[in-house]
Amino acid sequence: MTETIASDLKKTPLHARHCASNARMVPFGGWEMPVEYSGITAEHMAVRTRAGLFDVSHMGEIEIAGKDALGAVQRISSNDASRLQVGQAHYSALTTFDGTFVDDMLVYRMAPNHFMLVVNASNIAKDYAWIAGQIKEVGEAAAVDSSSRYALLAIQGPAAFDVLQPLCTTELADIKYYWFTHGEVANARALVSRTGYTGEDGFEIFVPPNMADRVWQAILESGRSADVIPCGLGARDTLRLEAAMRLYGNDIDETTTPLEADLGWIVGWKKESFIGHERLREQKEKGITRKLVGFEMIDRGIARHGYQVMRDDRPIGVVTSGTQTPFLKKAIGMAYVPVELTGPGSEIAIDVRGRIARATVVPLPFYKRKV
Amino acid sequence: MPYPADRKYTKDHEWIRIAGDTGEVGITDYAQQQLGDVVYVELPEVGRNVSAGESFGSIESVKAVSELFAPMSGEVVAVNDHLKGHPEVVNSDPHGTWMIKVRLAQPNDSGALLDSSQYQSHVG
Repeated sequence: MTETIASDLKKTPLHARHCASNARMVPFGGWEMPVEYSGITAEHMAVRTRAGLFDVSHMGEIEIAGKDALGAVQRISSNDASRLQVGQAHYSALTTFDGTFVDDMLVYRMAPNHFMLVVNASNIAKDYAWIAGQIKEVGEAAAVDSSSRYALLAIQGPAAFDVLQPLCTTELADIKYYWFTHGEVANARALVSRTGYTGEDGFEIFVPPNMADRVWQAILESGRSADVIPCGLGARDTLRLEAAMRLYGNDIDETTTPLEADLGWIVGWKKESFIGHERLREQKEKGITRKLVGFEMIDRGIARHGYQVMRDDRPIGVVTSGTQTPFLKKAIGMAYVPVELTGPGSEIAIDVRGRIARATVVPLPFYKRKV
Repeated sequence: MPYPADRKYTKDHEWIRIAGDTGEVGITDYAQQQLGDVVYVELPEVGRNVSAGESFGSIESVKAVSELFAPMSGEVVAVNDHLKGHPEVVNSDPHGTWMIKVRLAQPNDSGALLDSSQYQSHVG
């Protein structure tokens, strides 16, 4: 419960707005970010039942352009970018030579030879250095860290469409899930993407930093009658966990592969090659020994990141994320466990601060919206 | 929310209200704000002896888990069972929600604790 006030933390263009709105600010990935405004539970429920507005400007953008941009992206990214049309995006892994995660990211195809990678805030410098080094041998393609050129807002929830549409010059109905378009939002030039990290319908809006506050205010104003509220990173975390979206640094990192993280669908198996593909193919052929699963607690308690999964007094796995979820009202989490325990219904034992608590393996995601 | 003058406070953000030889223990408004939405309060069994500064339980919010520390030594004579089903009252009424009642070993020995104005300056 210590307050950290560090002057070297980075601030988004909406920092002053968050402070003026009495958000609780915390350090996160090198940034000072709002963790909550009205409370995690209230914000979580707003997104599940109405809509919530997030400032996620701390996320990084790395653009790759040039005649051989596709080849460059195909080399560094596990998913198959040749399947992306202009205006389409997909989820992927930036892989190491071991087939593990340098980072996870969304890959946007802006033009035939122009891609934008949206990466985690705390990894921007690492990712950029890795990418710049790895695409040198691909030919004519350059990577640019354009993170400072974008503020990123996310409006998420069943009411997101109706709240955002009146502010837009583009027809949001024409944007399918994981597609994007360019237009104006509240008279600001914007890239509007039908994506998110909450498990709800919604949009992510990239705008120039000097327009962020105007767009933020316009969305809240437009959403006033629908009771749309600003939300912080706390609710973002509980929402993404209910939707079983992986969090870099918790569920995936440089020691885990997409197969182990049960994300085999982001591996472009038909691609001839990409960094780490040999290791992933080998793992697919021989089989993995551990896998990320979802669990619900049977016994009382919350299993949190880093708690050990036990068998006969020995650690056999580790919890990567865990919380009490405001919407499902259950203690849930994800953990790496040996493959023999990955079937739904398997019982696992977790060391919750010295006490063994039982949990049941359940299918992911925990929450899926009704379409 | 003002910190009531009828009790003493720890630097770890617990309060104790002493009446006779018994003290009621809870956490402060500052603590509940820091924790955010409380989802579990784990309390000891009645009859357990606790020493000043010792952990007597834990409190979990959506975000994190924190230990609860006994402000003074004594025997736990009651625990607030209402918190099992309604942990959120710690957020809505932190100074009106006691967690445990302790029969104090030395009821007059609260000198090391903070009074309300000292605690107010402590949390600044």
